[in-house]
Amino acid sequence: MKSQSASSRGATASPGRSERGGAWGAPGAPHAGKVGMGCLIAAEASLFAVFVVAYLYDIGKSLGGPSPGQVLDVPVLGTICLLSSSVTVALAVRALGRGAVGRAGAWLLATVLLGVVFLAGTAAEWSRLITRAGLTIGTNLFGTTFYALVGLHASHVIVGLIMLALLAVFAWSRALRPAHAERVELVSWYWHFVDAVWVVVLTVVYVIGR
Amino acid sequence: MSVRAPTIAAPDGATVRTGVLARAHEWVVTVDHKRLGVMYVVAGLAFFLIAGLEAGVIRWQLAVAGNTVVSPQVFNRLFTVHGTTMIFLVGIPIVFGFANYLVPLMIGARDLAFPRLNAFGFWAFLFGGCLLYFSFLAGDGLYGAGSAPDVGWFAYAPLTGRAFSPGNSTDYWNLSILVMGFGTVATSINLITTTLTMRCRGMTLGRMPLYVWMMLVVAGMAVLAMPPLSAAQIMLLLDRFLGAHFFDTQAGGSAVMWQHFFWFFGHPEVYILMVPGFAMVSEIIPVFSRKVIFGYPMIVAASLAIGFLAMTVWAHHMFAVGMGAPLNSAFAASTMLIAIPTGIKIFNWVATMYGGRIRFATPMLFACAFLFQFLCAGLTGIILSVVPFNWQLTDSYFVVAHFHFVLVGALIFTVFGAIYYWFPKATGRLLSERLGRWHFWLFAVGFNLTFLPMHWLGMLGMPRRIYTYPAERGWDLWNLVATLGVPLQAAAIAVFLVNIATALRRGKPAGDDPWDAWTLEWTTTSPPPPYNFATAPVVESRRPLWDLKHPDDPDGPHE
Amino acid sequence: MFAPVSTPAFAIRELSILVFAIVIAIFVVVAALTVYAIVRYRRRPGDDGREPPQVYGSAQIELAWTVVPFLIVIVLFLTTARYIFAIEGRAPTPGALEVTIVGHQWWWEIRYPGLGVVTANELHVPVSDPARPTPTFLTLQSADVIHSFWIPQLAGKTDVIPGKTNRSWIDPRTPGVYVGQCAEFCGLQHAGMLLRAIVHPKEEFDRWVAAQRTMAADVPAAHAGRDVFTSLACINCHAVRGTPANGVFGPDLTHLMSRDTLGAGVAPNTRENLRAWVRDPAALKPGALMPAMQVSDEQLDGLVAYLVTLR
Repeated sequence: MKSQSASSRGATASPGRSERGGAWGAPGAPHAGKVGMGCLIAAEASLFAVFVVAYLYDIGKSLGGPSPGQVLDVPVLGTICLLSSSVTVALAVRALGRGAVGRAGAWLLATVLLGVVFLAGTAAEWSRLITRAGLTIGTNLFGTTFYALVGLHASHVIVGLIMLALLAVFAWSRALRPAHAERVELVSWYWHFVDAVWVVVLTVVYVIGR
Repeated sequence: MSVRAPTIAAPDGATVRTGVLARAHEWVVTVDHKRLGVMYVVAGLAFFLIAGLEAGVIRWQLAVAGNTVVSPQVFNRLFTVHGTTMIFLVGIPIVFGFANYLVPLMIGARDLAFPRLNAFGFWAFLFGGCLLYFSFLAGDGLYGAGSAPDVGWFAYAPLTGRAFSPGNSTDYWNLSILVMGFGTVATSINLITTTLTMRCRGMTLGRMPLYVWMMLVVAGMAVLAMPPLSAAQIMLLLDRFLGAHFFDTQAGGSAVMWQHFFWFFGHPEVYILMVPGFAMVSEIIPVFSRKVIFGYPMIVAASLAIGFLAMTVWAHHMFAVGMGAPLNSAFAASTMLIAIPTGIKIFNWVATMYGGRIRFATPMLFACAFLFQFLCAGLTGIILSVVPFNWQLTDSYFVVAHFHFVLVGALIFTVFGAIYYWFPKATGRLLSERLGRWHFWLFAVGFNLTFLPMHWLGMLGMPRRIYTYPAERGWDLWNLVATLGVPLQAAAIAVFLVNIATALRRGKPAGDDPWDAWTLEWTTTSPPPPYNFATAPVVESRRPLWDLKHPDDPDGPHE
Repeated sequence: MFAPVSTPAFAIRELSILVFAIVIAIFVVVAALTVYAIVRYRRRPGDDGREPPQVYGSAQIELAWTVVPFLIVIVLFLTTARYIFAIEGRAPTPGALEVTIVGHQWWWEIRYPGLGVVTANELHVPVSDPARPTPTFLTLQSADVIHSFWIPQLAGKTDVIPGKTNRSWIDPRTPGVYVGQCAEFCGLQHAGMLLRAIVHPKEEFDRWVAAQRTMAADVPAAHAGRDVFTSLACINCHAVRGTPANGVFGPDLTHLMSRDTLGAGVAPNTRENLRAWVRDPAALKPGALMPAMQVSDEQLDGLVAYLVTLR
């Protein structure tokens, strides 16, 4: 083991936050934030997978009550908005990386608005299902698995929107700087994950299940 | 050429604050991995004492047929909370507490990647633990039937549904573990990130200590296996509070689905508990045999194989459920397969000792007992994987014996060994070898006295989780023998606590490297300064200190 | 399980011998090597403190000790699979005796659909001659939570799960009484859910069936007690064929006195125990779902006098 002065590598930086890979570790190591967010996404994927499996297993097993084919309409507008919001958030990250904080803020705002439209669509759908179709989480197995899966996804959309809205506010107040580009990118990864989960939910609930 | 950090006697004078409140405040707000690691282990040991008391009462009740020490209501709560505590409030915090403490030191880093997230993980665990135990005090709950959970630590549906468990006892089980689960995932993410991004110069993945490799596998399993438990618990919450029907068999829901989801978590969970034990002995056995670990690459490969295979064996807990011959066979196959990477590790450890100069300090005593007891545990596991035989043995005391051999005979023994090994590093003082021997022998005899007979009781037909049994079955003698092991184990723990208390006060100073060991944590002071290393280490092999002590024969060319 | 009387249990014991042989052999070899290493390579007092030769590994040795266990696993798996399919694959021949067993908290409902017999907690079956087997096939269900049907001398256990129907089979070759109990935690009195299997020679079994099929005995001296019975809530939970009582939540009492035990095995079926049970079931089985009926002593005497006539 050789002795080595640490001064060449900014040893006072807090762990994982240096420009050149890990602050303390070997250069070229992946960045801590990316690994951390990657792991979080893996954990969330595992969580969603179980709800998806439950949904698939319970297809057709309701003892009564409304069935998917009877009451579900594919949420086209919401889906288009949500998937477009992945594009807008990617544009926001790129803008921030180029130093255009104002433009990044605008794209972030667009992302939030698209996400809100998606949520509004979900809310409208649920309202219609509850009041007019008589489908609640306790009605039958379809209701149970539907509201649980779509609700779990919606809760993740809400968390994502809160983060993105905060970022938009920070962009507007100029607290956000190009140096934060990587952290904003991590938030965008989360958002892309939420969108990917929606593709799975869409397929399972509105295509396979119906 | 010295690479030792200049000795740092104490932190900067300006930051030293005396007074109990000031010191307590330091611990409460800390984000230092070493302090959090100590807090995890101390809290885990405290819960170990409580759960041990619960076990003592259980054994007292079962010592003779028809005993009336406790009512069935109390008994069912005792074994439920005993199991839940040992797994979630003792096993998990202790193994993650050790990882917290050791991983940064072993890879030459100054802390974990996300120190505040680390603190969050600890407090989430502690809050969850307090929530579980609050259930004892919380009284009757909404429907007058509350108090502590009494549905078994794996809480099968539909027993846990509103219909069969009114009141809030099951909700305490559900919510406390849900909260703790988030903490565990957070800490696992932290460990993975730290290991992948913060190793010191020269430490490629192939030069990491085996402890770090195995904790990486453990953290990976936790990230993938804990969320399914959370998912199942969310479903149970929806069933119990919003009238959902996931596990409501009267509405078409599936009781078996709970089991699949639970054991998909539950099986990796027991590897999450056991692999850290392997990790600890993989550090201890080489040092006390004075030999490098035999077959490092193979052990790494085996650990990765275990991590992967652990996700494929879960339904071997469900052989009596009626899954059908093809599924039963498939899970028998995967279970037998995982025995291979698990078992050959024993050969690696024995081969390390072979040809060595073994020193039987207390850590090594515990490691040796581990070898025999883990061998026994693994073999009873193989017995249980033989499905038709499993149909007799599952849900009987044979299984109780098996998993106590794994979790106590293997895991707790290695934890004790690890405490004796690393306590000097953390505190700067050595534990007493004499008291350590008393601790070891009392515990080894007591443990085997309690759990060996249970194999036989299971084969005689005694099922699990019964608060009493009829005298005609012929189970009295071995139950009594099992109970006689309890005072021995209790005495062992008492000796252990005395050892810790006296060592903290008047233990011999340990110095940086009391065991003549070879990994990075022994290159810094005991206890390490808050920043761990004054200069960033640079390594050229798996045993940096060996290279320093043997410049004529460094490890590098041999690896 | 080491005194089997029925084919599945015999098969399991046979399999267990092979498994034990393998496992004990592995234990002896590995433990011996470990003991040898500990004893032979311990540090001696005169040791000069030099480090022993460092051995980093050996590809051949490690390959060998991976391949050999792998071969053992293959042998073990193939044997296991054969037994799994043999036991699970046994299908009922037409005319074979069928029994439906329904687990309740905390007793066993036992019905013979083809014979019109309903009883509780005791499984009566005819003995099976190995030369010309007459196995009994069990349909296993649950009325509430998960239980597990386990009589070790007859077969391995099979869970009874609400919403799912499981199947099992036994063919006991020796008459006698074989005991077991519920083996999946099912709540408060999981410990008090015992099982008895009574294996009869063929004629004796036919006589038992015939006796069980009759309506409840009608003993004039017990009419007063019967009137107490039918006037109380007893009839909401219990059935006594031939009377208005046709409840299904509790055991069928038509031939109560033909059974050996009360409360699913918690007490022998004697007049004193019966009286104690009816007065307050929780005294014999704390937490039993049958409430204390709050009857006067006189009513209790009448009830018991009636119940003991139900042979």
